[in-house]
Amino acid sequence: MRKKVIFKGIALPWLLLLPQLVITGVFFFWPAGQAIYGSFLREDAFGLSRDFVGLENFRDVLADPNYLAAGWNTVVFSSSVAIGALGVALFLAVQADKAIRGADAYKTLLIWPYAVAPAVAAVLWLFMFHPQIGLFGRALNGIGIRWDYQVNGNQAMLLVILAAAWKQVSYNFIFFLAGLQSIPRAVLEAAAIDGARPFRRFWTIIFPLLAPTSFFLLVVNIVYAFFDTFGTIHALTKGGPGQATSTLIYKVYVDGVQNLNFGASAAQSVILMAIVIGLTAVQFRFVERKVHY
Amino acid sequence: MLTAADDAALARATARRQARSRLLAHIVLALGVLVFAFPIWLTLVGSSHDANTIGRGDVPLWFGAQAITNYISAWTTGGSAVRTTGQVPAWLMLWNSLNMAVMIAVGKIVISLLSAYAVVFFSFPGRMVAFWLIFITLMLPVEVRIIPTFEVMVNLGLINTMAGLVVPLVASATATLLFRQFFLTIPDEYVEAAKIDGAGPLRFFKDVVMPLSVTNIAALFVILFIYGWNQYLWPLLIVSDKDLETVVVGMSKMIGTSDSQNEWNIIMATAVLAMLPPVAVVVFMQRWFVKGLTETEK
Repeated sequence: MRKKVIFKGIALPWLLLLPQLVITGVFFFWPAGQAIYGSFLREDAFGLSRDFVGLENFRDVLADPNYLAAGWNTVVFSSSVAIGALGVALFLAVQADKAIRGADAYKTLLIWPYAVAPAVAAVLWLFMFHPQIGLFGRALNGIGIRWDYQVNGNQAMLLVILAAAWKQVSYNFIFFLAGLQSIPRAVLEAAAIDGARPFRRFWTIIFPLLAPTSFFLLVVNIVYAFFDTFGTIHALTKGGPGQATSTLIYKVYVDGVQNLNFGASAAQSVILMAIVIGLTAVQFRFVERKVHY
Repeated sequence: MLTAADDAALARATARRQARSRLLAHIVLALGVLVFAFPIWLTLVGSSHDANTIGRGDVPLWFGAQAITNYISAWTTGGSAVRTTGQVPAWLMLWNSLNMAVMIAVGKIVISLLSAYAVVFFSFPGRMVAFWLIFITLMLPVEVRIIPTFEVMVNLGLINTMAGLVVPLVASATATLLFRQFFLTIPDEYVEAAKIDGAGPLRFFKDVVMPLSVTNIAALFVILFIYGWNQYLWPLLIVSDKDLETVVVGMSKMIGTSDSQNEWNIIMATAVLAMLPPVAVVVFMQRWFVKGLTETEK
């Protein structure tokens, strides 16, 4: 789709594009190219020279049990966050969509967690589940459950999932509610007159009509859990205890920034890029929305 | 055949069922609101007690008497506890966050408006290439190119500068795509009329396109402000200078590895200050926020 009537000129449009293209070039393409290039190189022990090693970095990374563990953590973490945040949001949106008094007030009171930074959300949950100072952390220990997310990896994973999902529900809620409100009342009334019970109405009419929204949200939630939750994990568990909550993103950070392992980090970046490209492709392939060029 | 009595009974049953369903909705939503607000409640309460009360683990559920002292301490000094990172007053961190968020939002909007305008309203060689170059950046979030981007920043001398914090985050495929989509809905007749009146492309941009875009700009600003304010990984990498510390990162740095040293009441007060501005923006600009969110679709 394009305009029929347009302005002529070559210099002006390029000038208008210049700021964006310069920033994109310097801070996106150059580093991305460096990452791809660097993934084929290896630094010697003294950091003096970098040699071409072919696919060795990728082979090492993919054979590294820590990396595979981080991959598995990412799968567990992302799917739990996505399913949890989508399920709760859909349930709340269905309730808010019923023509009830005060629906707008509920809406306002439910959407604000979107504005809370992932790292701040992590700290809020830390206050609740800290084994010594947290209300719930102490209560759990009080009733005989040994709760200490700083020692127990499964508990740490549960806590980062809760903190990450808590924040994402509001985003999903907004989209589900918008989706529900766009379903024509007449369709639902017709089903009700035909004698379909609310539960049946939900599964046979509402749910299929919400499928595009749900699928779009699923991709967005997975991307969120993959990339935006770095702050949650960094502020709450630092990937620990051990490697229990270290996801792929967290591992790139640790290997690159703390361990200064240049080649391994670059190879991990390239793998992540492939994942993002895959997710974006899926999003645009199945959710035909934004681009029609 | 249904009799009048049957009809009435059916109507009563329906009304009862609807009332039950509404009651259920109220209960579920109220519970949802409580679950979502509870962490904030606990943090607000915590920020009004002295450090020892919280440190002992006697978690209170109602406000204490230390609120003003705690907030003054957080605001002016960042607390008195000894930390590896040193203390940074909250006012400075909030100021840095505000600068960063506003500059990111405004920067993204300006460069996206310009590039979307060029792509939509001009026909020139390389137009498709330019569009795809911008579009493809959707697939390169900062997180996947941390180390090489950091090296670029070092080479450019942008470490520990506000420019280094802002400029790399300013390029945005999402904002460009949003404006592009909106521009495509501007009727061709407007351009024709402008051409007949002898208005050039810049004049048309200023007098027609900009005024039409005001709501979109406002909606996008809300979303991008929150995006900028909540940045974490990038400031963590780029800033080690205390004078440039932003509040989200600074707050999480206040939590030390050894629990006994943590001044929990000050940390909680800072957490409250860190989330107040973006939450206020969402609550008070709700209409624009929802519009911005559903139209950018990430």
